[in-house]
Amino acid sequence: MSLVELHNVVKRFGANTVLDRVSLTVEAGEIIAVIGRSGSGKSTMLRCINGLEPIQEGRIVFDGETVDPATNLRKLRQRVGIVFQSYNLFPHLSVERNITLAPRVVKGMEREAARELAAGALARVGLAEKIDAYPDQLSGGQQQRVAIARSLAMQPQLMLFDEITSALDPELTGEVLKVLEKVAGEGMTMMLVTHEMGFARRVATRLIFMHQGRIWEEGRASEVLAKPRTPELETFLDAVLH
Amino acid sequence: MIREFALNDVYYLLLAARWTLALTGLAFLGGGTVGLLVALLRVAPFAPLRIVGAGYVNIVQGIPLLAWLFVLFFGLPILAGVRVSPWIAATVAFSIYAGAFLGEIWRGCLRAIPRQQWEAGASLGLSFVEQLRYIIVPQAVRVAIPPTVGFLVQLIKNTSLAAVIGFIELTREGQLTTAATYRPFTVYIVVAAIYFAICFPLTQWSRRLERTLRVAR
Repeated sequence: MSLVELHNVVKRFGANTVLDRVSLTVEAGEIIAVIGRSGSGKSTMLRCINGLEPIQEGRIVFDGETVDPATNLRKLRQRVGIVFQSYNLFPHLSVERNITLAPRVVKGMEREAARELAAGALARVGLAEKIDAYPDQLSGGQQQRVAIARSLAMQPQLMLFDEITSALDPELTGEVLKVLEKVAGEGMTMMLVTHEMGFARRVATRLIFMHQGRIWEEGRASEVLAKPRTPELETFLDAVLH
Repeated sequence: MIREFALNDVYYLLLAARWTLALTGLAFLGGGTVGLLVALLRVAPFAPLRIVGAGYVNIVQGIPLLAWLFVLFFGLPILAGVRVSPWIAATVAFSIYAGAFLGEIWRGCLRAIPRQQWEAGASLGLSFVEQLRYIIVPQAVRVAIPPTVGFLVQLIKNTSLAAVIGFIELTREGQLTTAATYRPFTVYIVVAAIYFAICFPLTQWSRRLERTLRVAR
């Protein structure tokens, strides 16, 4: 059984069709990079998978369970983590409390155990010493790494990364990508929307190019990037690589 | 019989100011409770609840406070046959009124927290109520304190309207003192000074909060 299955998913915002019969299966352990122009539906696809956006047609199945309005979103979201472009840390909470909030509230974890969990998650993103800091005392890159740690602490089976380096200065992008690569190396199933083509080529097991709400091309990252089969991908790659 | 305005009268005015403060306190408690409910209704993820909240605010804000006081004090005995004391009529009227305004203020404060904060909470598996409790409200409270104190100052001054239904607070006591001494100017200067002495520190406090909370995280 695949971890994630999308069957002819249609998502509309009003009259605007953002996902147009998207079908995709993701196996456990895969690292899927999703590329495409803004407005091509890549972020929306991720947001539909963890139920942040309802879909109009088709079916999304996560680990054998259909994701629909009747789904237990609380359960689903403990198993599907998402990291956003704008970090979305909670500014009024320390790094520790940012990470432990959901484990304590949603999973009912004890304070001490949760702090240990936070320390462990922070160590994985290389920020063990920042456990008592507040978000506004951290750089953008560090905040994004804390956001990754916060998501990891829920021990999800799937991690979604929505353009997580797009808001960062180039010199901060590297430290976040390094963390991503490490998480990928630990066997986490990941879907990441990205503009970092070099990173996608190096880390992704599969690359998906989205265009006009559809999966336009997909395949091994190195092959898809080296030999685009459609003029749309060719144009896109020309634009981002030069 | 006209007597002189004496220090004794100032003393009585000060005593009456206690009832101004007591009515303000009760109205703030009642209005705060109603306001919290209204604010929560207005951000609820379920449209009928939002409509109920908005409807309440529209009705209350569309009717003068004075009309609420008259309806409750003079209308209820006629309509429902129940006699209400000035205390109850004033407390209820001011709670209804304060509830609508505080509800609007607090809704604005909840709305001021970026949508992404809700989303981050939701995507970690927190329910709507948990998102409110742990993420949105703690941040919104900082935003809410200065305008809430500002509204409190309005409320203190507006309690003077309760004088029209015979509720003896600072303004009503001023009227009575004027009737006895026939020194309206002196009396109302003292009344005004007492209101000012209560409100001015609050206004200053509100300004200071606004400055300190803006820089705080």
